[in-house]
Amino acid sequence: MIQLDHVCKQYGRQAVVDDLSLEVDAGEVLVLLGVSGCGKTTTLKMINRLVEPTSGAVSIDGTDTSTLPPHELRRRIGYAFQQVGLFPHMTVAENVAVTPSLLGWAPARIRTRTAELLELVELEPDKVRDRRPNELSGGQQQRVGVARALAASPDVLLLDEPFGALDPLTRERLQESFLHVRRELGLTAVFVTHDMAEALLLGDRVAVLHDGRLEQIGAPRDLLNRPGSPYVRELMDTPRRHAAAVSRLSGEPTA
Amino acid sequence: MSEQLALLPEYLTAHLQLTLVALLLSAATALPLGIAATRSRWLEPVALGLAGVIQTVPGLALLALMVPLLAAADLQSIGFLPAICGLTLYGVFPILRNTVTGISGVSPVYKEAARGVGMTPRQQLVRVELPLAMPVIVAGLRTATVWLVGITTLSTPVGATSLGNYIFSGLQIRNYTAVVVGCVAAGGLALLLDGLVRAVEDGLVRRRRPQVAVALAIAALLYGYAGVTLAARWSDAERPVVVGSKTFTEQYVLSAVIADLIGRETGRRTTLVQSLGSTVAFDALTAGEIDIYVDYTGTVWVNHMEGGATFPDRAVLTGQVRRFLRDRHGVTLASMLGFENTYAVSVRGADGERLGLRTISDLAPVARRFVFGADYEFFARPEWPSVRDAYGLAFRELRTMDPSLMYQAVAAGEVDVISGYGTDGRIDAFGLQALEDDRHAVPPYDAVVLAGARLAREAPDVMAALGRLDGAIDTDRMRAMNFEVDEQGADPSAVAARFVDSLLGVR
Repeated sequence: MIQLDHVCKQYGRQAVVDDLSLEVDAGEVLVLLGVSGCGKTTTLKMINRLVEPTSGAVSIDGTDTSTLPPHELRRRIGYAFQQVGLFPHMTVAENVAVTPSLLGWAPARIRTRTAELLELVELEPDKVRDRRPNELSGGQQQRVGVARALAASPDVLLLDEPFGALDPLTRERLQESFLHVRRELGLTAVFVTHDMAEALLLGDRVAVLHDGRLEQIGAPRDLLNRPGSPYVRELMDTPRRHAAAVSRLSGEPTA
Repeated sequence: MSEQLALLPEYLTAHLQLTLVALLLSAATALPLGIAATRSRWLEPVALGLAGVIQTVPGLALLALMVPLLAAADLQSIGFLPAICGLTLYGVFPILRNTVTGISGVSPVYKEAARGVGMTPRQQLVRVELPLAMPVIVAGLRTATVWLVGITTLSTPVGATSLGNYIFSGLQIRNYTAVVVGCVAAGGLALLLDGLVRAVEDGLVRRRRPQVAVALAIAALLYGYAGVTLAARWSDAERPVVVGSKTFTEQYVLSAVIADLIGRETGRRTTLVQSLGSTVAFDALTAGEIDIYVDYTGTVWVNHMEGGATFPDRAVLTGQVRRFLRDRHGVTLASMLGFENTYAVSVRGADGERLGLRTISDLAPVARRFVFGADYEFFARPEWPSVRDAYGLAFRELRTMDPSLMYQAVAAGEVDVISGYGTDGRIDAFGLQALEDDRHAVPPYDAVVLAGARLAREAPDVMAALGRLDGAIDTDRMRAMNFEVDEQGADPSAVAARFVDSLLGVR
């Protein structure tokens, strides 16, 4: 479905993504996992050409994306931004409807679709439709952001740490919502995160990036059981170390 | 008061035409330029820098500069066009600056989101960047609106009627009612236009359609009114005889005399274009923008003939000026009014008596104790070094001031010597003593009526009427008429009408 073929991105002499090749299958959720600055967001943005690769090729369904006008490519690819980026001068409904209206959908179809999507992301259409983004909570804004990304029934969904800035409980609820949505729609998605638990929970496969290179790719179980390098092993151990620390605190009386 | 208010419809309409047209042109220039500037690495500093430099030129100078520029391009150099060009340039900066600031201030998050949802560059601009930048852009538009209403008053000296006519002539003849009427009207207009722009913005932000519609309808009505009145003026087939004047009392009186006389003798319509700058008036005449105005032989000699530091005697100089005007500019010297308005170096009568001052030569030994006050142009004119060097004058201090304040200043002891005007009634009124130019350092300044080439060719009846003014006004008569306006608050046109009555033997 999505194919990255020896993709590089350099800023000056600094390589942010270095000779990266990977594939995402139809209906699969691939998580790009890594610490800050490992090149995961840059990789994501090269898929819809928000960033142009320095070399290498990206193709979707066998079509080289560099042969398509960028705006047409992006209308077929949903994108949920790290900072949400809802347009503050538009209502919630207008934000969700932005890509369908660019595609020239009829107003009635847009209205139905908007309501459908708000329900899908567990918001009440009648309550939020005419509000401005700044009247919503952070979690609600993220839900609208996901609804906007899904609005035009895209072939592919790209998500850049969409739940990054939220409190743990809201985050957990949104992760469940996401699982529900992807089961419902059978989405092909690339999901960027630095959170180990989120990666293991949401991804069919997880690609670990380190300094712009692909360290290892595989199912969560494979990464946990057969880490291919000391770096991956250390990364995979972080949830266990956290759990151990938490159980030590609860098991032993504090001094 | 009521005679001032009677002028309001004409002045306000003309002011509105200038402001609205200039605002439209400014916005039409600045918005696309501002948008282009945010999309080009090199254009932004160039455009902002240029507009900023234009902004630092004082408004009056900017408008006055349009006159020679347009004349060099063979375009209408006096009146509506130079005013519009200057005003438009002035209005560009605030709109341009705020357009650039507004658009570049849109958060990169929204710009990336706009690309990410699949907008083309044009859609990114129209659907995201401009709406988000709108409050800043509208603020620039409001600044431009208020500035333009104010700066439009400076259109008067380049020959375009505006509310500035109240202010310029009012300050000159010390009719403060006129000044206040002009200022209040301009202030009110600024508030109205600013309120309209704000109402549109506010309505857009709050999505109040009726409010936007009402504000836009009022704006459209104003533009419609300005357009219709402008079209009516331009389609006016029979051109009136245009009489110009410079910016001092005598000129207002004489232009009114000429207009009144032409009206009565020929039945032709006349228009006054008042408060023109000294060289603007001459350029306007040679360019055919005005038909008639009064100038002084010495002024023509000094400003336009590049005459040397020594002057021929009066009759010879007049002959040379007459030939120069005819041969070089096709301008006819239609009549000599019969008086001279030279610079009259004057002191307080008491000082004159105490120190025995009768001539400028007498002043030289005591000049070091005195402060010399003069109008804006005197120290820059060739007469000043000529007088200074001929008499070896070295004053304690030189001060520049508005000519209407000069006499008060010397009477009140703020300055000790002034470069008064020979025909000014205030020399007597303030008890001043004019000192004789015993070494003839200043050229003769005989008042002459100048007529443009087309008028001289096509209107013999007007030329005949102007001929009646030959020798008709002596120095005392002119001084008396100036005094009536300056000190007794008489209206220049009323003083002029009484003079024409007596000239034509009307009782």
